[in-house]
Amino acid sequence: MTNFRDHMGRPIVAVTGIGVVTSLGVGKADNWAALTSGKSGIHPITRFPVDHLNTRISGMVDFLDSSSKGASPLTYELAETAAHEAVAESGLDSGDFGGPLFLASPPVELDWHERFSLYNSDKQDAGAERLLRVARGLKELDIFETTQFGSIADRLADRFGTRGLPITLSTACASGATAIQLGVEAIRRGECDRALSIGADGSATAEALIRFSLLSALSTHNDIPEKASKPFSKDRDGFVLAEGSGALVLESLEAALARGATVLGILRGCGEKADDFHRTRSKPDGSPAIAAVRAALADAGLSKDEIDYVNAHGTSTPENDKMEHLSLSTVFGERIGSMPVSSNKSMIGHTLSAAGAVEAAFSLMTMRESVIPPTINYDNPDPAIVLDVVPNKKRNAEVRSVLSNSFGFGGQNTCLVMAREPV
Amino acid sequence: MSSPRDVVITGIGLVSSLGEGPDAHWQKLAQPGLQPVLETARFAPYTVHPLPEIDWNLQIAKRGDQRQMETWQRLGTYAAGLALDDAGIKGNDELCATMDMVVAAGGGERDEAVDAAILAASESRNDRDVLLNEKLTTELRPTLFLAQLSNLLAGNISIVHKVTGSSRTFMGEEGAGVSAVETAAARIRSGQSTHVLVGGAFQTEHSDMLLGYELAGYLHRGPWKPVWQRAGAEGGGVVSGSGGAFLVLEQREQAESRGRKIYAELGPVVSGRARRSRGELDAEIAGLLNQAAPPNGRLLAMSGASGAHAATSAEKTALDAVEAITARGFSTLTGHMKEAQFPFAVALAALAVDRKAAYPVFDAAAEKPFEGIPARVLATAIGYHQFEGMALVKPA
Repeated sequence: MTNFRDHMGRPIVAVTGIGVVTSLGVGKADNWAALTSGKSGIHPITRFPVDHLNTRISGMVDFLDSSSKGASPLTYELAETAAHEAVAESGLDSGDFGGPLFLASPPVELDWHERFSLYNSDKQDAGAERLLRVARGLKELDIFETTQFGSIADRLADRFGTRGLPITLSTACASGATAIQLGVEAIRRGECDRALSIGADGSATAEALIRFSLLSALSTHNDIPEKASKPFSKDRDGFVLAEGSGALVLESLEAALARGATVLGILRGCGEKADDFHRTRSKPDGSPAIAAVRAALADAGLSKDEIDYVNAHGTSTPENDKMEHLSLSTVFGERIGSMPVSSNKSMIGHTLSAAGAVEAAFSLMTMRESVIPPTINYDNPDPAIVLDVVPNKKRNAEVRSVLSNSFGFGGQNTCLVMAREPV
Repeated sequence: MSSPRDVVITGIGLVSSLGEGPDAHWQKLAQPGLQPVLETARFAPYTVHPLPEIDWNLQIAKRGDQRQMETWQRLGTYAAGLALDDAGIKGNDELCATMDMVVAAGGGERDEAVDAAILAASESRNDRDVLLNEKLTTELRPTLFLAQLSNLLAGNISIVHKVTGSSRTFMGEEGAGVSAVETAAARIRSGQSTHVLVGGAFQTEHSDMLLGYELAGYLHRGPWKPVWQRAGAEGGGVVSGSGGAFLVLEQREQAESRGRKIYAELGPVVSGRARRSRGELDAEIAGLLNQAAPPNGRLLAMSGASGAHAATSAEKTALDAVEAITARGFSTLTGHMKEAQFPFAVALAALAVDRKAAYPVFDAAAEKPFEGIPARVLATAIGYHQFEGMALVKPA
């Protein structure tokens, strides 16, 4: 008889559907083929002019209908596309999902194109006064909806028939992992048998790029875009802004097996710890990241020796990769030098609010396929970071468990532990 | 029957145009005939309830921290500090390090001067995308981004007050506040948390915050009126207010073992998403009411009604339909505080339970008096556009 409870007596949470979109393509098949062949999705920016910009490359998703329509429509389409794939795979009703929705998505703002068009539709007054007057004369709700933080989730709830008030959340670069964690926790509390967790980010606008650029967070290796994201390399110089989405259907193992669903993996544990050090820098001793990793292991009921592979946050910023190495080597000790640790971001860039969900999807596929995607562009290793980053070429390996890290601006750290089998 | 895992309220941090702190709010709101604090000129034709004067140093000791934030984040960080102080948690390293946090947040303030300059220049330029790059790369203050990010209110609370157990930010107007309280309470009841800081802040004195309502024509214009009396008046019925509300929710067992004052117990917290275009709102409100507070004698309701015509009318109709309910529309006196609206409603409900007294009418024409001690108090937030929630607060 299968045991449906974990080491703490809580329902075991299974994954029964996975969906993903990145600059490498739509869907698991295309993404996995590209990822395991070491292909990069980073390319020159064409969505807007790059005059005056120091960074002119990104991992934007340029091939969807909404790709040029602004952050809100694109984020919705990314979320919808990934969720559709995940729900279809789970075999659940794609119009009547029947569980709660947790959406990690970027904060919304009135798009500049709308701002310009509203402003220039009138001549009277100036600045905000004019915008407000034009705004109250609008007859359609389309623009308004793009400025409401709950609207994307509201539309997704309509589309998939999720239950109750959907939760839209942000924990910066950890958001996608937090969306999964909220789903896991709701199932463990017995509030539901299933949950739909999505991370989606289509917010790579000029202003977003400039904001990150002004914080010196982005790579400026524009000349060979596919070489720009080089986690754990000595000459890494920042992350590459990117878009994407990941979706998981989470179910109690008991409910999943009862309806004959295929179990794709187990969400075994989640851990988090906030940093109180600085808005963009992490505590020099790495203690919050260390605590988040340890909390995830403890929650999963696994010892550090039972983790086969780490799907790193690996942003390719000087700061993150150094801190991540410090925290991993603190937790795993000497073993870290021989344990595979790779960064999907070397190929897809940093998908921000989506990253935790996209990388959880890839972590689950890593276990299912027994193939570890490489860290590409690893030509010039950082001597201070001694890791087996699975350099440049995929590796066939039996992977029974994965730790996936997400560390965010604003100090929000979330780690997930996934396993191939329930026990 | 009380249980060790009941959710109790041990800290309240409030800021609104009426002042700061639970005591100041109680004293003001308990005065019959209290007049609202209004700013009618600065954003005409809109009226707002402005922030009171605040000495930020009292809760945000480092000037450097204050400089990294704009008013919205300062306000939230300040209100959070008030709640932590009130619960005796501030400065207690162990309790702060194990405290979970759920913040309901929108976005922070944009640089209005930079935006206005770009818009003005757009009138004579066709290459607007290039204009944008040109201006934004040279005129934006680099750290302003951090003051705008939704999750950085929580980030600042971690930095300033050292709350680091966990940090989550929910977005989505009033619904974010509802989900934040609901999730925090569920975590405590299930044993996932022992104490949680939950709340939000809204700084309405910024044109973009008004624009967020006005793109759908939700703001009330013309002379100010109480929240229940805006139907038929010019505009959409919402008068917004700046404010913040944070609560310390705690497991009963832990609160008692610390010997802390308990304001009230937080009972059921319920939420919903009516598909309003299909006419589901009336049934949704009635259903939530029945789940949160099944008929059981008199009920005081602290309504977060925004004034938005359709939602406010639906809520009023539902509350009026139950003879045992006496409602108070607190937006009449504070304005609508978006993400902070629901935590604010819960805080006012907890104060009434704690003081064993109801609030006098906030609007003599639309509200009826409540005599005696309110045994149960309901808090509501029916979103001006979407999402609904309620909670029941009762004596501990």
